[in-house]
Amino acid sequence: MYKKDFGLLILIIVVGTAVALINPRFLLPANLSNTANQVGLFGLFAIGEAFVIITGGIELSVGSMIALLGTIFIDLIVNHDVHWLVAVIIIVLGGCALGSVHGLLVTKMRLQPFVVTLCGLLIYRGIARYYTQDATAGFGFGESFPTLEWLTTGRILGIIPNSMIALVVIAVVMGIVLHRSVYGRYLFAVGKNEEAARYSGIPTDRVVTSAYIVCGGLAAIAAIYIAMYTRSISPAVHGSFYELYAIAAAVLGGCSLRGGEGSILGVLLGVVLLQVLQNLVNLLGIPSSLNFAVMGAVILIGVVADQQIMLYRQRAATARGRLQAAAGSAQEAAEQPRLKK
Amino acid sequence: MTGPFLELIDISKIYPGVVALDHVSFAVWPGEVIGLIGENGAGKSTLMKVMGGVAEPSGGMIRIDGIERLALTVPEAISAGIAFVHQELNLFDNLDAAANVFIGREPLYGGALRLIDRKKLHAAVQPLLDRLGVDFAPDTPVAQLSLAQRQLLEIVKALSLDARLVIMDEPTSSLTLAETDRLMSVVAGLKAHGVSVIFITHRLNEVKRCADRIVVLRDGRVVGALDRGAIAHDAMIRLMIGRDLKALYVPPAREPGRERLEIVGLRTGTYPTQSVDLAVRSGEILGLAGLVGSGRTELARAVFGVDRPLGGSVRLDGEPLIVSSPRDAIAKGIYLVPEDRKRDGLLVDMSVASNISLPDLLAHSRVRLIDRASEVANAVRQKERLNIRAPAVSTVVGSLSGGNQQKVVLAKWLAMRPRVLIFDEPTRGIDVGAKNEIYLMLRRLADSGVAILMISSDMEEVIGVSDRIAVMHEGGISGFLERNQFSEQNVLRLAVGHG
Repeated sequence: MYKKDFGLLILIIVVGTAVALINPRFLLPANLSNTANQVGLFGLFAIGEAFVIITGGIELSVGSMIALLGTIFIDLIVNHDVHWLVAVIIIVLGGCALGSVHGLLVTKMRLQPFVVTLCGLLIYRGIARYYTQDATAGFGFGESFPTLEWLTTGRILGIIPNSMIALVVIAVVMGIVLHRSVYGRYLFAVGKNEEAARYSGIPTDRVVTSAYIVCGGLAAIAAIYIAMYTRSISPAVHGSFYELYAIAAAVLGGCSLRGGEGSILGVLLGVVLLQVLQNLVNLLGIPSSLNFAVMGAVILIGVVADQQIMLYRQRAATARGRLQAAAGSAQEAAEQPRLKK
Repeated sequence: MTGPFLELIDISKIYPGVVALDHVSFAVWPGEVIGLIGENGAGKSTLMKVMGGVAEPSGGMIRIDGIERLALTVPEAISAGIAFVHQELNLFDNLDAAANVFIGREPLYGGALRLIDRKKLHAAVQPLLDRLGVDFAPDTPVAQLSLAQRQLLEIVKALSLDARLVIMDEPTSSLTLAETDRLMSVVAGLKAHGVSVIFITHRLNEVKRCADRIVVLRDGRVVGALDRGAIAHDAMIRLMIGRDLKALYVPPAREPGRERLEIVGLRTGTYPTQSVDLAVRSGEILGLAGLVGSGRTELARAVFGVDRPLGGSVRLDGEPLIVSSPRDAIAKGIYLVPEDRKRDGLLVDMSVASNISLPDLLAHSRVRLIDRASEVANAVRQKERLNIRAPAVSTVVGSLSGGNQQKVVLAKWLAMRPRVLIFDEPTRGIDVGAKNEIYLMLRRLADSGVAILMISSDMEEVIGVSDRIAVMHEGGISGFLERNQFSEQNVLRLAVGHG
């Protein structure tokens, strides 16, 4: 566990304890279960976002993808009688296809990720609205898909949401991919220094493109879960700003927007913190219009505190060095184990 | 002249686990040129940082004009008249020369609008350019300046700040001979104006030419100072490494074998009309000499698959070779140690071990999952084999000295099976000790059958290390030299195009 992740965990515990003390309803199983469900939904696409951010890119179209893919998914199973399993496969492949288009535009056409995915954000939202004639897509009365519903919105023992289980499974797999596999190392290498990675024989274009594909695929899975959870989609607003939640979670979790840094655990903790904050707004009776303001303020404070703590550590190290020099014990210092930054 | 301009008294700088400077003391008098030499990691960079106010010393005192301070801040250093010409030049290449000189101090007009007065700006820069005898105009975009011109621009910047001490960090490392001569006369000019110069370099000939006094650092300590009369090659080298240097050239253990890498009619984008024919034999070190910008790096990049050549072909052991990316070249056993190791060779924020394993990660993995034990064991082996001085293989590469960083780049490839190794400036910015280790490693590799193409602008290196020299001039090969024809004059004649 990185130091950064540990700090984030403490922040979550502090915020959680504070909310629990002020409003004990925070700890009610139903509330925790709902929060866990939210973490599951948001965590799915936040992990994908983190992959892209680690390569030094950004993916802004996640929210629009969730709207478009969610709309199509419901349309497929409700209006076109496509078996839900087939629909799931179509949607996930669709998400991967969108991701690969982004990746190819970024790597082959050398376009900036921000621009490419900003266009995606606009285009997919527009298509989603046109697709339903701006009407709400949803399930008709009496239509039900028991297995699909259990997999997406069901709760084990009535408490543990299956969306959370799905997140944990995907997080473990992605954690191994990112932190243990050759491919994961390539992702970090490309994010740190794409030129050096290329000179070392890493197929940098393929690695970068794959990150967008992973992000698109996870956004598609999230789209299905979120569609099944909300059960109706108004394409104009469904999933809007979700890309910003994902970016916020990734950054809170230690991803650097310059690329090359980040961890799955950090991203998960980032998602948890964001959802606890959301919960805080609801439970403490803070006007929900202030929702974004509270979240923004807490993230800002967190980032500033992180920076200050790092500065303080550096200064302390310098001060120690000065003391040692004054004591003339320069030699001893050389023999001390090297401190980690 | 009442006293020294700058005195360092017992300066120490301790980083966690590393003593970078250990009670360093010396003084700089007005108008004095000091040559500061020492191996990489000897503490030269840290000393510069202390004088520039970037690093706070852990102990000791800095006295400027008789006023004592524990540490300097950057503005204090600037207002005291200490200016730097860094090895990695700090210029904005999207701005013109004049704008760079007065960056942050632009003459303004228009009151609250704070518009830049370009006329005044250019008028203020012109006399400074004239003073150095510079051949470009104030409105030349920096992107169009050569490396040497950029260096002069940095000195112009220092002069515009009324610098009393100019610290130059390896100013000649990528300059041609003529450009170096020009710089030497600039240094003499500065001295004549009463400006002190600290000249940091690995090229002993240069300090010998320009320095009044030489200060030698080793392991963070001042191990000696030589006055003008006592400055001699042997004495400097002995102080720097504490031992005598052996003769550079090591003859190959056996005759070179067949042609391993053959380049036929290769044309690159920089010199589309010139084509290169070149062959490197197995077991041979072929030096590729030429002026900076003669197309050597472009040739290496084309062979390694970084850039696509415009035409021509490459053969490896007689077989035609099609390379469209470094990945293809690496698969065939053609490796490149690039000129700019920080940009192209290393992930400076990552550990020694992950850097070494990067090109060969699949060999250290099982079902595509990294086998950390194998990765670390390999890194430890390479660290010992190449004598990489790092506390551990988990150390971040960026914290190592230049020579050790270069060894890490080399270690990446040595852990694999090289057939052809292309070195682009193998020892640029590297100290004498590490240089020698790298030369020995080159010879050992050649003796094991590897074909080595060594691009170098360092005359001593080209002549001292190569078995054969090819010289490039404006994109084409202007001639080959066998060992019995090696001389500075011969190389230079071909380099400037007088075949």
